[in-house]
Amino acid sequence: MSIDWAALGSVFGVSLAVTVGLVGLFSLGIVGLAKEGATVARTGAYAAFALCAAAVAYGIFLIVN
Amino acid sequence: MEHITLLIGIVIVTALVFDFTNGFHDTANAMATTISTGALKPKTAVAMSAGLNLVGAFISVEVALTISKGIIDESAGVQPEVIFAGLVGAILWNLVTWYLGLPSSSSHALMGGLIGATVASVGLSGVNGDAVAEKVLIPAIAAPVVAGIAALLATRLTYRIGRDADPKATAKGYRAGQIASAGLVSLAHGTNDAQKTMGVITLALVTGKVIAPDADPPLWVIVSAGLAIALGTFIGGWRIIRTMGKGITDIQPPQGFAAQTGAATVILASSHLGFSLSTTHVVSGSVMGAGLGRKGGVIRWSTAGRMLVAWALTLPAAGLVAAGAALLADQGDWGVGVVAALAAAACATIWVAARRKPVDHTNVNEVEAEAEAEAPGVVTTAIAAVTPPPAGPLTATIPAPAAAPAPAPVAPAAPAAQPTTL
Repeated sequence: MSIDWAALGSVFGVSLAVTVGLVGLFSLGIVGLAKEGATVARTGAYAAFALCAAAVAYGIFLIVN
Repeated sequence: MEHITLLIGIVIVTALVFDFTNGFHDTANAMATTISTGALKPKTAVAMSAGLNLVGAFISVEVALTISKGIIDESAGVQPEVIFAGLVGAILWNLVTWYLGLPSSSSHALMGGLIGATVASVGLSGVNGDAVAEKVLIPAIAAPVVAGIAALLATRLTYRIGRDADPKATAKGYRAGQIASAGLVSLAHGTNDAQKTMGVITLALVTGKVIAPDADPPLWVIVSAGLAIALGTFIGGWRIIRTMGKGITDIQPPQGFAAQTGAATVILASSHLGFSLSTTHVVSGSVMGAGLGRKGGVIRWSTAGRMLVAWALTLPAAGLVAAGAALLADQGDWGVGVVAALAAAACATIWVAARRKPVDHTNVNEVEAEAEAEAPGVVTTAIAAVTPPPAGPLTATIPAPAAAPAPAPVAPAAPAAQPTTL
């Protein structure tokens, strides 16, 4: 039996990094929007959401291909 | 010629039924957390998931003609009887686990069914044991661990970032994020799982010389496979949704978001980096991870334990039923007919049993009191109900194949006589 440790390891690494990164980014966006009146926080929040949307678009791209 | 056409027809119908149970069983993967956190209303959630499954079925044109990923030896050509028997085993296992509300992998059920049917009709030499370990056992252990750790860390992080924020102000954002992740899971599911059925049907058509070996699947195959999985998703396996969304742990919006994002990421990463993981195992793992990630979050280990038992039993149980079905189906046309009749009777029995305590979109989020109070009883029923189906067709087959007693699959109602080795 040969376990493809390299593939398993990369799945683990990529999953961990992307999940934590995306969730962190999106959370920052949500918290930024929840703060009332702060323009900087609001702009930062939209930037964070844009990056998340890009990640979702890449996900759809992966599924289609 | 006539009987080949009939057999191929039966295989196609059975494949579509499997596809339906697949959608039905796996709605929970995409939508359980979305429903339990209230991000979407139950009906809306399953409708969205069904639509995306249907879209997913159409967007990828590559149909794998190696339905078993090298686990069984397909070089000599797979007999339609073997495919048929394998599908019957997978369908019955999917229905039994649905009745018990246990999420289990539909792909494992299909592989188990094919392995069992192959062993029964060709012998052990037809199965590649190394591939079983490599493609089934290791991923089954790896999936929940990978997804669980990712979801756990993501949950911790999101609670830390949002610790000073007003939960009311952030809940809406979390819901939006969760819906997006759930949509990705649904889309990926439609692409992967509808393809499996298309592959099975195409293979059956090739075997019956209806289409050329290197032909693309006909349009009606793509349409019917997509519709079957979408319909199954829309009907919704509410029992499994309840277990996944409420039974394992109580999920709040940030957890639901972290769990679903983790699941979507792991599913996409695994299918594109060459280490394919079962969607069901991934989502179960990420829900548990999210449960552990919140301070004060509690995992109901009895539910998780039952789920693990179901995972471990999936391959052998589906395999045993399929082996019995293959032995019968190998007897000829009447054998195929008897298997079809027995399978239909078993499905009807499980359906009727489920009607007695229906779970649907109205009560999908009400679980606690009942589940907690019944914990020991449920385990016993689980064991009792899990055991007979494999035993049914087998005992029906070995002593008297010609007699083909009809009452065999009705056995799930009766408690198991033999001790189970769990």
